[in-house]
Amino acid sequence: MKFKHACFIVCLAAGLALPATAGAQDPIKVGVLHSLSGSMAISETTLKDTILMMIDEQNKKGGLLGRQLEAVVVDPASDWPLFAEMARSLLESEQVDVVFGCWTSVSRKSVLPVFEELNGLLFYPVQYEGEESSKNVIYTGAAPNQQAIPAIDYLMEEVGIERWVLEGTDYVYPRTTNRILEAYLKQKGVAEEDISINYTPFSHSDWQTRVAAIRRFGSAGKATAVVSTINGDANVPFYLELANQEVSAEDIPVIAFSVGEEELSGLDTTPLVGHLAAWNYFQSISSPVNTEFIETWKEFVGDADRTTNDPMEAHFIGFNLWVQAVEKAGSTDVDQVLAALPGIETPNLTGGVARLLANHHITKPVFIGEVRANGQFDVVWQTDGTVPGDAWSDYLPVSEDTIGDWVTRKCGNYNTKTNVCSGQNFQ
Amino acid sequence: MRVAASGGWQSLWLLLAVVCLLGLPVLVHAQTDDDGFRTVVAEFANANFREKESIAGRLIDTGHGSAGTVLTALRDGRFFFRQEDQQAFIVESIDESLSVYALVDPVSLEEAGSAEPDELSRVITNNRLRRFLRIAIARFSLSSPDSDIRIDAVKQMLRSLDAASIELLRERAGEETNSSVSYEIDTALALGALDEENESSTRLAAIDTLADRLHPEVHNRLSAILERNEDGSFIEGDEDVRRAAAEVVRGIDAARAFYAVLETVFFGLSLGSVLALAAIGLTITFGVMGVINLAHGELLMLGAYTTYVVQLAMPNHLDLSILVAIPAAFVVAGTAGVLIERTIIRFLYGRPLETLLATFGVSLVLQQFVRSVFSANNRPVVTPTWMSGTLQFNEAFSLTYNRIYIVFFTLVVFAILLMVLKRTRVGLQMRAVSQNRLMARAMGVRSEWVDAMTFGLGAGIAGVAGVALSQLTNVGPNLGQSYIIDSFLVVVFGGVGNIWGTLIGGMSLGIVTKTLEPFAGAVLGKILVLVAVILFMQLRPRGLFPQTGRAADDV
Repeated sequence: MKFKHACFIVCLAAGLALPATAGAQDPIKVGVLHSLSGSMAISETTLKDTILMMIDEQNKKGGLLGRQLEAVVVDPASDWPLFAEMARSLLESEQVDVVFGCWTSVSRKSVLPVFEELNGLLFYPVQYEGEESSKNVIYTGAAPNQQAIPAIDYLMEEVGIERWVLEGTDYVYPRTTNRILEAYLKQKGVAEEDISINYTPFSHSDWQTRVAAIRRFGSAGKATAVVSTINGDANVPFYLELANQEVSAEDIPVIAFSVGEEELSGLDTTPLVGHLAAWNYFQSISSPVNTEFIETWKEFVGDADRTTNDPMEAHFIGFNLWVQAVEKAGSTDVDQVLAALPGIETPNLTGGVARLLANHHITKPVFIGEVRANGQFDVVWQTDGTVPGDAWSDYLPVSEDTIGDWVTRKCGNYNTKTNVCSGQNFQ
Repeated sequence: MRVAASGGWQSLWLLLAVVCLLGLPVLVHAQTDDDGFRTVVAEFANANFREKESIAGRLIDTGHGSAGTVLTALRDGRFFFRQEDQQAFIVESIDESLSVYALVDPVSLEEAGSAEPDELSRVITNNRLRRFLRIAIARFSLSSPDSDIRIDAVKQMLRSLDAASIELLRERAGEETNSSVSYEIDTALALGALDEENESSTRLAAIDTLADRLHPEVHNRLSAILERNEDGSFIEGDEDVRRAAAEVVRGIDAARAFYAVLETVFFGLSLGSVLALAAIGLTITFGVMGVINLAHGELLMLGAYTTYVVQLAMPNHLDLSILVAIPAAFVVAGTAGVLIERTIIRFLYGRPLETLLATFGVSLVLQQFVRSVFSANNRPVVTPTWMSGTLQFNEAFSLTYNRIYIVFFTLVVFAILLMVLKRTRVGLQMRAVSQNRLMARAMGVRSEWVDAMTFGLGAGIAGVAGVALSQLTNVGPNLGQSYIIDSFLVVVFGGVGNIWGTLIGGMSLGIVTKTLEPFAGAVLGKILVLVAVILFMQLRPRGLFPQTGRAADDV
């Protein structure tokens, strides 16, 4: 009897206490949707660690709204349909409040309908081809006007390039970017015969023919540059072949949009020295915030040789934007956070300020860096101040009149000429 | 000397006086020169790239003896300003391992102490500035004792000729003794002589000189002569000059077209040898043993990682490390092959589907193994100096050394393999087992042992192929996957089990791919090749060189 009685009291106490503690202590769940295996693991694992570090730092500061943050990490294994499944499970069964994730455009396109259907919130940290503005996605990476277009401006004005090779891997990001760049170059008065556009398959490893063709294209007496949207694995053999055929960066510079510190750390940089990359962040940029970030990062991963890169900065900005929006809204509810987000400002790592715009893109400075032998970049050019991200390119006829505006028009695809909102409006 | 020694003190004093009289003004002059030079050098501190270019131009104009050294240092990223006093310095070596830089004064070129890298700020250059510097520096190396440097200098100057550089080249032409250098100088001078202000006869003579040159600059310059103004009239008034130029341009175009074909054939052969090299190991395991080894790609990968490890082990002999890597990779991959055969495959003979699944599993295990040991990131493998660069036949045709070596390497591996199979006892047993296992066993051949050796040999050759691949592509966990499909394609196309078939099949696929690529593009080219192979297999299901006789019936 006595035993039963005791149990009754304990159980009652526990029953009373549980809901109370749950109310105060229930952690805020942060979903992390990055490939930890497969071909994209090389790039995405770092981003997972970045978010874990940000969560760790936030929890040290006492969490958010008095609650601790808890990461829910899943591995979509570089498999695009799996991204959609994992996104669904994060939102439905795990009930996460926000998701940081995706790298490739195809993975983003694959989770997009899921986030829109279940009204989730995704922070996407990688530079991409634009032509998109979703209510449920915050794009913290660069739109083409924050990376590709300034890169062309630099080459044209500062290096005096007159002839262009647009070399890309055959998928959506290079094709869309090159369409925009081609339109932009023509608008700048570059003749048709001075632009050469080529696509190669994923992991293309035999670059002899292409490099010989580029060399020939570049020997016509006009300064020539290659604008490279070559993806991942194919880059190393490409740069090796350039070096082997003795095409130097001084004769035909290559500007890349997806080669950063992380990628360079895995290869012999000798053949790349002098070639260019356009990003919104370089590890070598000196600012107090950046120094602190790099130190925290090296300490967090326990490896003094680890590098930082542009998508990491995007996650840093995205995470801080979200934290501020949650604090402003006083809730993690997606609709309230989405309403609070536009207009929020947070420091970026290069000494400026990132502001979230109505089209769910952010303002970013643009830097052009030259590869050095130690795998870091010399910044040779930068924009004055920041550039606002443009969701819909002004250089494509299909989208020149389109804007994304989630503040006043509540529409991601609004035609300012016809005043019609087409698609992507779920009101 | 003789005067001073024999003529006594008087003559010596006289000599000294003369030297002083002549020397003093020179010294004073040099002093002001130094100051002016130093002022110009100091301007680099706060200049943008365009300004740096003009400062560099002015440095050359001073005619100061240190200008070449300063510009070379600037180009190589060895030109610094000390932060505390904004003094300019040249640093002799900026090697990563140095914790202190030795400083050199940019004017006197004398040693000027040392500084830590943090105390200095480097003068940054960009591509345009370095291109300018390269051409500017070329003028200083025209009188280099090394004829290769002189040839290079003239070729650089060819790219942007102006009155000053033509004058320099003309001076050099008078004293140049090396015929190759003279040849290039002639090209440059002829290009310079095409100037419209010259007489038609001079220009015709220049075009005549240029007739056998294949330089892109010659082609571009002569093509410019043929262009018309906006009103339709020719830029070049003289018809004879136009006709001669047109003929030379036609000649260059024809030569270029010819060399382009040669180049494509070479590209095809080199791609083909990579394909054949990757596939030879598979021919042995797949063809001789009938085992579909999906882990073959990972054996290539093991070879490539071995190259990396060997390179780490001998950091001071990078040029030799690749030679050491070849036998090492053979042993590592071969051992892995024998282990795979002994622990897994031997239980699955005669069950192709299960072998397929098991080896696929092995491939995943091996991938994850290198991910755990070496991380998921690619590993940098350095190209030895003797493998980099190009073998230049003429201005329109050059081949890269690394590809030439790989073509030869494939042929050597192939020859050794043939020797092993035809001339050694193991080879004889392998052939016996592959032709008729039961009969071979009846003759006393230990077929199990032969199986292990065969698989080990195939795997070892895959490892050796991996050494070659490490020079061409990423050394990472995914290396194997990018080659496994192509390898199977080559083996099936060439005829299962036929080593000659693999070589011929690889080479022909390589040449066809490379011939199609310029027209169809890499993506469509690949599709076309696949379709062609499928159609071919419909006609000849057993590939180019099918096995014949009784052995064929068993497969």
